[in-house]
Amino acid sequence: MNRLHLLLVLILAVLSGLPLVLSKYTLGIFIMIFYYAYLGQSWNVLTGYTGHISLGHALYIGIGAYTSVFLAQHYGLSPWVGMFAGGILASLVALILGFLGFRFGLRGVYFVILTIAFAEITRLVVSHIEVLGSFSGIFLDFDPSFRNFQFRGNIPYYYIALTMMVLSLAAVRLIEISKLGRFMVAIREDEDAAQALGVNTFKYNMIAIAISAFMTALGGCFYANYIFYLHPDSLFGMGLSIELILRPIVGGMGTLFGPILGSFILTPLSEVSRAYFSKGGLEGMHLILYGIITILVVLFMPKGIIVYVRQWLKPLIPERKGDD
Amino acid sequence: MGMDSTLAVQLLIQGVLLGGVYGLIAIGLSLIFGVMGIINFAHGQMMVMGMYISYWIFVLLGIDPYISLVAVAAAIFILGWLIQYTVVNRILDYPEAMQVLPLVSIGLILENAALMLWGPDHRSPQTALGLDSMWVGPIMVDTSRLIAFVLAIIITFLIFIFLKKSNLGKCIRAASDNRTGAVLVGIDVDRIYNMSFAIGAATTGAAGCLLVPLLPISPHIGHDFTLTAFIVVILGGMGNLLGALVGGVILGVAE
Repeated sequence: MNRLHLLLVLILAVLSGLPLVLSKYTLGIFIMIFYYAYLGQSWNVLTGYTGHISLGHALYIGIGAYTSVFLAQHYGLSPWVGMFAGGILASLVALILGFLGFRFGLRGVYFVILTIAFAEITRLVVSHIEVLGSFSGIFLDFDPSFRNFQFRGNIPYYYIALTMMVLSLAAVRLIEISKLGRFMVAIREDEDAAQALGVNTFKYNMIAIAISAFMTALGGCFYANYIFYLHPDSLFGMGLSIELILRPIVGGMGTLFGPILGSFILTPLSEVSRAYFSKGGLEGMHLILYGIITILVVLFMPKGIIVYVRQWLKPLIPERKGDD
Repeated sequence: MGMDSTLAVQLLIQGVLLGGVYGLIAIGLSLIFGVMGIINFAHGQMMVMGMYISYWIFVLLGIDPYISLVAVAAAIFILGWLIQYTVVNRILDYPEAMQVLPLVSIGLILENAALMLWGPDHRSPQTALGLDSMWVGPIMVDTSRLIAFVLAIIITFLIFIFLKKSNLGKCIRAASDNRTGAVLVGIDVDRIYNMSFAIGAATTGAAGCLLVPLLPISPHIGHDFTLTAFIVVILGGMGNLLGALVGGVILGVAE
């Protein structure tokens, strides 16, 4: 165990202890930090590591949320099981999308358009299905129990979100050090060269998008049972897709800690500014801020803020061969 | 002519007329892509800005959108020029994927600026010709759709003439053909890029004016139109201006 690991364990210990001292409102902000860090990490698996930009990740959130809630409401299935059903469904949809995109060599902007189109089509389809609540969405009944994934107060949600974030970190770390991760990075750096060297780019792109969609859908299930309300426009909409990619971009795409760092910076900013601006009748101001921040980061720090943090932490990080 | 075929012809004509305007929106997108290889993800939002400017000119000054069109196009031209100058010119050499994000962000900024300034309500002004229609034999045609179509075709035609005949238009085509070659023969490519983006923007602003009498304005309709323009451009072929017009008509009819 080196000093970096020690620092991480220390941070985790502090985060685990926070519910003892923080108010309900502040805990809510932390839940959102963990949630968006988790989503960012899920998106990062696809876009950060293979370089295929998805602007339709809200699709998988929506599938995860709707599947688990539908199964719970109509078949009495516990969301703890339903979330994995949602994850599998999301993976299947992602594989169809991936097949169309990767098999036919849609790259760059064309792949982006494909992801947007899938999310938009699903949003419109769900908006017209009666059992899924059509345009008005679904309200969840509040029936707190562990089995129902519903709890009184914020503390259980806090620990679930924290666990999800830590697990996603571990998952991405495992991918990163595995052969899969190496192949994915090779695809990101130069897909043609990777293919020429014998990497089955189609296969690894498909694996990446399936994992990414699966993880994202689990996040959707969590969100549904935290907010108690599903709405097609907000769950499948492009706004959410944009929202969830900002944090990994600001933090640093294709890095292990980028999405988490980005979420710790942007989420409090967003929550506080949303509350502050909408009180002043300036709804939408926080999204304008987002837009400006993204542009500035892309123009002036295209590798994300993590680069600077890494420099501060240099004394803690052991020298490694082939830094990621 | 039976009732059904009359209805079919009427829908077909309505589709073709609206398709002309879609084509105009898409021509702006196609021009920008053809010259710089950039997809303008803020295209629909720029159009909505044009719609709002046109709307306010109508409400405050009583000037019809068809007349304010030139002023609106000029305003969106300036907006496009600024966007190109401040952001897009700096990302031209980025990997394709990273070019997407700043433009999506610009769309987000424009959409929410509209939301902040004018609120989320749908607005539909009662313009002079708003609900007029005329009969051609048994077929009813909305006057405002017809005017929109005719103006869209005229503007498209003017852009073609501009690109084919004028000096600036020739420079734009040269820069789009071969950037290095254009630099070598002494063309100020940065300026050409600014102009191309601004012209693309102005075109969509003008299209916005034509749509003001036809559909209610709200801040959130922009990204639907960005998608519409993509579809049209993909149907017609990326960077192919005539294709954009044909694609627009196909989509208008399909709807």
